[in-house]
Amino acid sequence: MLCAHWSRLRRVSSRSCCATALRSTHSSTRLSSSPERIMKTFCSVWLLLSVVELSPAQEPPLPETAEDMASTGDLEPTHYPARRAAQVALHYLNTRHGSPFRVFGLQQVHKASAEDVEAGGRKYKLDFSVTDWASGSAGPALRCSADVLFPRTERHSAPDVKLRCEALQQINRTVQEEEAFYQKHIPPDSAVSARDIPDSYGNMSEEMQPFWRLARVAASFIMLRESSENTEFNMVQMASVTQQESSEEQLMLEFVVLLHDLPSQEIVQWKLLASWSPDRGVRVLQTEWQPRCPHATKPPN
Amino acid sequence: MYCKLTLLVHITSAALATTQVLRIHVESEDHIQALKELEEDVDSVLDFWSHGFSTERPIDIRVPHTNLSAVKDFLKKNNVPFTVMINNVQELLEREKAEMVSNAKMERSTKSFNFAAYHDLETLYSFMDTLVASHPNLITKVHIGNSYENRPMYALKFSTGGVSRPAIWVDAGIHSREWVTQASAIASNYGVDPSVTSLLGQMDIYLMIVTNPDGYVFTHTNNRMWRKTRSVNSGSSCRGVDPNRNWDAGFGGPGASKDPCSESYHGPYANSEVEVKNVVDLIMGHGNFKSFISIHSYSQLLMYPYGYTCTDIPDKSELHSVGTAAIKELTSLYNTIYQVGSICKIIYQASGGSIDWTYNIGIKYSFAFELRDTGYYGFLLPANQIIPTAEETWLGLKYIMEYVCNHPY
Repeated sequence: MLCAHWSRLRRVSSRSCCATALRSTHSSTRLSSSPERIMKTFCSVWLLLSVVELSPAQEPPLPETAEDMASTGDLEPTHYPARRAAQVALHYLNTRHGSPFRVFGLQQVHKASAEDVEAGGRKYKLDFSVTDWASGSAGPALRCSADVLFPRTERHSAPDVKLRCEALQQINRTVQEEEAFYQKHIPPDSAVSARDIPDSYGNMSEEMQPFWRLARVAASFIMLRESSENTEFNMVQMASVTQQESSEEQLMLEFVVLLHDLPSQEIVQWKLLASWSPDRGVRVLQTEWQPRCPHATKPPN
Repeated sequence: MYCKLTLLVHITSAALATTQVLRIHVESEDHIQALKELEEDVDSVLDFWSHGFSTERPIDIRVPHTNLSAVKDFLKKNNVPFTVMINNVQELLEREKAEMVSNAKMERSTKSFNFAAYHDLETLYSFMDTLVASHPNLITKVHIGNSYENRPMYALKFSTGGVSRPAIWVDAGIHSREWVTQASAIASNYGVDPSVTSLLGQMDIYLMIVTNPDGYVFTHTNNRMWRKTRSVNSGSSCRGVDPNRNWDAGFGGPGASKDPCSESYHGPYANSEVEVKNVVDLIMGHGNFKSFISIHSYSQLLMYPYGYTCTDIPDKSELHSVGTAAIKELTSLYNTIYQVGSICKIIYQASGGSIDWTYNIGIKYSFAFELRDTGYYGFLLPANQIIPTAEETWLGLKYIMEYVCNHPY
């Protein structure tokens, strides 16, 4: 109990710390305040000296905050601000178009730019390509464009995404596989349950792959909601799947998923209840964050 | 083209009549075909000691005495070169039997090690010994110190001689959950790349396969997602320090946590972690490293300093173009796309990182890799991707090493 409370505090406090840092760099006019100009001059002189001396055994530069990375205007497509925003757009795409036989992955960001908006947030404009991860990197790429708005509010709120992908409707729909999978598991006696998919060695059976993809799509709802400019989420494991009694002709699945956040390197565990059918797609009905006491070993079975 | 002389002989219980083991260096498809014929023809009698025929590795066949002349005739007829021990076999055997049997076991185990699987620490360490024993003039095992839980830390030193030659350092597995890194590092010993020979004529290579052994064991026994060391943090029930936030470069700055329970906890002070201190001491003591390359996963990136600040290093242009060219080599194999950039700009600001420290002490060619994939499997990369990952990464590493060798400073 104490662990849960403290974990939440740590999470919230680190997030608000980041938000505060970014907010304060925003309120100062970028690049034109005296301390910053002095710093820039110092760094330039130091760099010049280093080049002349051909040896980096000088006083190393003082660390800066992340303000240079939060710049407005065109962004370097291979750098993380653009990539994080694109991943958010990907999570959105997967919530809308993911299925047991389709999960999209980011192939490349082509162009990106960012600007502050009046309501107090930052909007990213992105031009990027995605592939169907299920068919491997050799699969055809889809070109997409998106506006991703990260709000700046006291408490975290979900980013807003507007997305357009060309030819989305024309991509090979996996109708037959979906129907077969649905028919196989909708009967009342179907009671699928599994743990640790993939296992430690990356093994995942054919039979489990559609469940893993469903977990990935369902997790996308959470990843989308929890994302900010300071996070970059992936699902690293479907810790468990337990089929529930079908409801309204939907497959009902309870998942526990492990998410990995790249900047903090934390592993975050969520339990969720999702429904799926070929007609209605994936819907997430309940989510519950499951704090893991970091000093504990395996969770009790 | 003559084959290496390796003497592998087997004694049958009937004293005088001996079997022989023929070592064959296959040079062409025709040779491979001939061997396949041989295997099919008398397969119950001949004992093939190698799996699969290729021009990359010699093939050993144990041939019973009664079949010797027939087999040799066949090989000669097909122009397949082979070597065998002939004179005074009996006498020689008495003297060398023990050594040969043991060598044979070594040879078999280096060829039979399954590179396409994830192994525990004991297996990796035992294979390191096998490698050293089968390449005694090239590879030595350097005990650089012990981990927090007192496990030995070993680096493999590849050297053709000289005294304190300029050297290249490669480490894997500093973050224990990044299993494809330890697996790729050990798989880089699969097959011998002849182009490395000339490099090894001038430089030494140090390869540290398991840089965080305590963490690695923990990922097998308790928590597959463990990243840090396993040191006890005073005043906290949480263990471990992020070994890649513990180096003396911008230590304690942005991009590392003060919280012992965090995955990126920097530790109480720089080099507090014995795992880090051991590497620092080796690098400083050696004094002649020209390149330092650290292998991580996942994200498919090749990065250069700095992580602790987004200010460009003085050598940014050069390192960026070396990185870009290295990635081109890597991508050429399986079309795996990588990005190149400084740590701070391409992934995140992170202080106390190893390659920032090495760059600041003058090791110009400091790089960090993030291997496959981009998040689909993440840390749980399927074992069938180990060898392709190792192969493509090797191409990138090789480019960097050759560049370092050609650009002494």
